[in-house]
Amino acid sequence: MSGLVQRIHDAVYGQTQPTVTVLSSLLAVEDELGYIPKEALEFVAEFSNATVNDVWAVASFYPNFRFDPPAEHVVDVCWGASCHLVGAMNIFKSVLEAAGLDDEGDTPDKRLTVRFNSCLGACSQAPVIAIDHHLAGRVNPESAANHVTCLLQQDGHGK
Amino acid sequence: MASSFLEIGLEAGKRWQELTAGERPWIRIGTALCGEAAGAFEVADAVEAALESQGVSATVSRVGCLGLCFAEPILDVQLPGGHRIFYGNVDSESVSEIISTHVAGGTPITAKALGYLAQEGSTAPVPDGIPDLNKHPMKAWENRIVLRNAGNIDPLDIYQYIANGGYQALHKSLTDLNREETLNEVKASGLRGRGGAAFPTATKWSFLAGNPAPEKFVLCNCEEGDPGAFNDKNILESDPNTLVEGVIIAGHATGATKGYIFIRHGHNGPIDRCRAAVDQARELGFLGENIMGTDFSYEIEIALTGDSYVAGEESALMEAIEGKRAMPRFRPPFPAQVGLFGKPTNINNVKTLAYVPEIVSKGGEWFAGIGHDTSTGTVILCLSGNLKYTGMIEVPLGMNLKDVIYEAAGGMKEGKTLKFLQTGGPLGGVLGADNIDVLLDFEVLRAAGAIVGSGGLIAADDSTCIVDLTRSLIAFCQYESCGKCFPCRMGMSHLLEVLERLCRLEGTTDDLALMQKIGVNMQAGSLCGHGQLGFNPVSSALRYFGPEFDTHIVEHTCPTGTCLEPSYSPAQSRR
Repeated sequence: MSGLVQRIHDAVYGQTQPTVTVLSSLLAVEDELGYIPKEALEFVAEFSNATVNDVWAVASFYPNFRFDPPAEHVVDVCWGASCHLVGAMNIFKSVLEAAGLDDEGDTPDKRLTVRFNSCLGACSQAPVIAIDHHLAGRVNPESAANHVTCLLQQDGHGK
Repeated sequence: MASSFLEIGLEAGKRWQELTAGERPWIRIGTALCGEAAGAFEVADAVEAALESQGVSATVSRVGCLGLCFAEPILDVQLPGGHRIFYGNVDSESVSEIISTHVAGGTPITAKALGYLAQEGSTAPVPDGIPDLNKHPMKAWENRIVLRNAGNIDPLDIYQYIANGGYQALHKSLTDLNREETLNEVKASGLRGRGGAAFPTATKWSFLAGNPAPEKFVLCNCEEGDPGAFNDKNILESDPNTLVEGVIIAGHATGATKGYIFIRHGHNGPIDRCRAAVDQARELGFLGENIMGTDFSYEIEIALTGDSYVAGEESALMEAIEGKRAMPRFRPPFPAQVGLFGKPTNINNVKTLAYVPEIVSKGGEWFAGIGHDTSTGTVILCLSGNLKYTGMIEVPLGMNLKDVIYEAAGGMKEGKTLKFLQTGGPLGGVLGADNIDVLLDFEVLRAAGAIVGSGGLIAADDSTCIVDLTRSLIAFCQYESCGKCFPCRMGMSHLLEVLERLCRLEGTTDDLALMQKIGVNMQAGSLCGHGQLGFNPVSSALRYFGPEFDTHIVEHTCPTGTCLEPSYSPAQSRR
């Protein structure tokens, strides 16, 4: 068994909750690997007695799943109505500029992913972004760009 | 497990006494999502570090949200036997001073204090020169039922919950009342669902209670994807035990065998705290076989979903727990007949279930005495947008919406003027500034074209363009449409196209009629609320701000200039 498949196996079989489903197994793989490789679709299909097509139907529905290895860091920019009102679009613009991107997605060197988040759940602190899943509220275009620059200047690789 | 409820209660009381009037000061830091976003984790680390470096001994707890989110990070100090004194907008520098002067030195920093909360049973004099926090506009209107413990107790410690009256309702329901009497208390309370539809909770429960099937489920919905609403997650972070107790009582009243609490994957604060509450309840014998020595057996499982707003719709939620795409089902059959895994099921929102312990403890009549008409009890509002005070308040239903905005929330920031309120989540509606003199009541608000819904209230000042905000709301609805019903899937896309055209100032006079037509089709041809209510943002905006749309179309100008700025939305919809 390859290292990747072993990790998929351990994640899927390591679930402790009573209700184990295609979705819960995919979430377990996502937690372990940060993405859903083709091998995981096949593994979960076999494990769940389903077809790869069935598993793909679930995986492709939820936008939290990605299908290629994640970038080193991820910045979520909230575009919910509360954040929109207090300047989320300008935050998005400055984050993209700092990352050197035109739109949401990965930087070519895979150091950073920028993505939309429809609500980070801290609306009272709008506008909100999340740096590697850690919330930062009441940001402005400059402070948001600073967060991105700091991330990109960090040395070393891996999380 | 072996201990009786009485013994557990005594132990909890002893521990609470030790915390509040023992030898060490108690420092509590608000660390819900709102606190996290304001830097509360860094503050908590700074507190630990300052205590260590200054050689001061104190108990430090990471509690939930006090509601005054605008002042986060908030921490408070309670000297043994004293009152709680709060500091707002705390940073690492002020932490050091608070530890040396107040915690170690015993003298509050009057100039920096946000306020104090007098503690029951404390004989200490109230601090001089520090305001009573209960008189703060945001707290003065409150009647905290669900949020009674929020910001006060450590959500990870079930004993603190029990010391403050926790699990007495379950004990009462299991030993003094029977199933039917428990359900009758909820019926007498007039409690209505807080997820948006405001359906009478006891009626919903009676459908499940009347089904004789041997296996039945209670589902608690904490999907809460609404931008502008964070009260469900906040309850789970601030006082998860009250929800867990509510889910157990609901199981008893309906004769269910298992409860599920459904949360979006990735919201780790709410998930971890809820898991701890369930595990601790099990350890103390409040879950499992023969709960509190009775013949009632019950389990609770935490089920996670992927990102999907529609997963918060009750039938789509069941699909997601079953591990499928979160798409709504045809009804009938209704969940009380054929629900999760084909078994009879009852689905309630977090807030609805979190009311239940207090209703059972204090009686349905007590709850029915709060509120307005058939809208009984309180409402938990999430205040965001351009307000002076943003945060979360629990006020009686029947309060005037105008007072919420101009009194409790302190009006608009920077002396600006309110233009409109966006209420009840993206499927709710907007209310013009001249139309907010209405009571917080399910029927009254509906008649005004808005809804209580999830409790989100987003206030926009006069620099906001209504067309731009409507586009943003529809972009959200379009992105989150599950795609099952084409009137919703295509309708949202077409609405967004039209609104984008209006924002580019390229709209035509036919566009308004076109949107109306799309809206009618969405309402008639969609299976769930997402499509049925999805036109609300547009229709309510047109109702109050028709002329502003006309300006965009006829004069090709945006009065606030907002529409000409760049706008982003997700590149990709659901596949």
